[in-house]
Amino acid sequence: MKRYSAFAIAREAFRAHTGWDKAWARAEPKRRYDVIIVGAGGHGLATAYYLGKNFGITNVAVLEKNWLGGGNTGRNTTIIRSNYLQDPSAAIYEKSRSLYEHLSQDLNYNVMFSPRGVMMLAQTQHEIRGYQRTAHANALQGVKTEFITPERVKELCPIIELKGPRYPVLGALWQERGGTARHDAVAWGYARACSDMGMDIIQNCEVTGVRTEAGKVQGVSTTLGEIDCAKLGVVVAGHSGALADMAAFRLPIESVALQALVSEPIKPCMDVVVMANTVHGYMSQSDKGEMVIGGGADGYNNYTQRGSFHHIEETVRALVETFPMISRLKMLRQWGGIVDMTGDRSPILSKTPVENMFMNCGWGTGGFKAIPGSGWGFAELMATGESALCAEFSLDRFREGRFIDESVAAGVAH
Amino acid sequence: MLILQCPYCGVMADETELSPGGEAHLTREGPGASDDAFHDYLFMRENPKGVHFERWRHAYGCGKWFHAARCTTTLQVFGTYKAQTTEPPKDIRDRITKARPGWTWRDYA
Repeated sequence: MKRYSAFAIAREAFRAHTGWDKAWARAEPKRRYDVIIVGAGGHGLATAYYLGKNFGITNVAVLEKNWLGGGNTGRNTTIIRSNYLQDPSAAIYEKSRSLYEHLSQDLNYNVMFSPRGVMMLAQTQHEIRGYQRTAHANALQGVKTEFITPERVKELCPIIELKGPRYPVLGALWQERGGTARHDAVAWGYARACSDMGMDIIQNCEVTGVRTEAGKVQGVSTTLGEIDCAKLGVVVAGHSGALADMAAFRLPIESVALQALVSEPIKPCMDVVVMANTVHGYMSQSDKGEMVIGGGADGYNNYTQRGSFHHIEETVRALVETFPMISRLKMLRQWGGIVDMTGDRSPILSKTPVENMFMNCGWGTGGFKAIPGSGWGFAELMATGESALCAEFSLDRFREGRFIDESVAAGVAH
Repeated sequence: MLILQCPYCGVMADETELSPGGEAHLTREGPGASDDAFHDYLFMRENPKGVHFERWRHAYGCGKWFHAARCTTTLQVFGTYKAQTTEPPKDIRDRITKARPGWTWRDYA
């Protein structure tokens, strides 16, 4: 792999940019791999990357039924934060956020991590108490957050209306080192690094069956033929249930649509991420100038990757009250992704009833921020069978009542 | 936007008039149930790619709970029926078989 650098740009400028390599190699499936990862989204590619980097396992294939990074990795609002209430969540999300800090250097690929700060508005008395509690919990967990006053909110985000008629801003939970990153670049950067380690990234290859023998995984059937493996990692978000079905076990997951939208690009007016959970809306400004807006998930099962108008209306109506200046903006694009929701709104990183088959799913509406940490922990789990980062997120926590209850802790947006 | 007909008051109701209530025809386990049965009742869901049976409430209408048969990949609605039943009625199942031959959902087809 030729490294990207200022020198490389200068060199290529002198030869009409003829020397750039393809970021990753096109691969045909081999007969057998040590590890197969299903799903070339952020989490799957990050898992493959840390399997190679931390454990030296490079005989790895990453199978993707569509194109790389075309699922939820390409369909989110790119927010990165780690201000969670429960200890296991704070540990894995903070690991993730801290990996984002140096990810561009680590991958030699600019993921445009922008620690611009994330604030979660408190708009009711209940939320004030909730976020103060989270700030205290974060202090004990070593996650740097603070509860700030409305005046400080206005200072950080001048376009905000503090005295909205229905939901005034009463304070906010502020994480200074939260922010955003370029979502596609995260997938592309991991893919390039994986390919460089000799891993096969195989796109347009749909898994149609999981082969097991005596309760042990043997390989997968795909649209490009049979492939054997010693270990199988399934990282397919909303479609996890379908993969589990192929291996004849069930998951405590329901798939619903979550949607987001962007406005026409405008001049820079907002350099923080603002989340307003009481009114189901969050907003940031992309580097292109678009206002990136997200809202709540649908309440019913759905696999269509589409959104619905009334959710857009709900989200935008709420945000116009908090940000009156966006009322004249035209909305440019809207998209939906299929998110996998668990009962406690926390992910599953776990062994399964099938030996040597592992699931990484249930990230629900907040998976993008967790990509590096999830890959780090899941690679450790797959390579060694144990991972302190993943231990609490096992599949049997539901049976044993060890919930990591972020559905109450995180309110709505998550 | 989904439009479902309330089987009680006959209104063709928009999604905004309804509240989704999750998977239909769950066996509500109680005291004396095994751990496995209780675990499955509380957490395990069919989550199918395709034909699904769900509970809905006509929240901003007559207020009653009813059931709907729907496809989760196309959003096609096969029909709605009253909640006083432990399994989907035959006419709904026949209609689904016509549109989706070979469908399954739990033990129904």
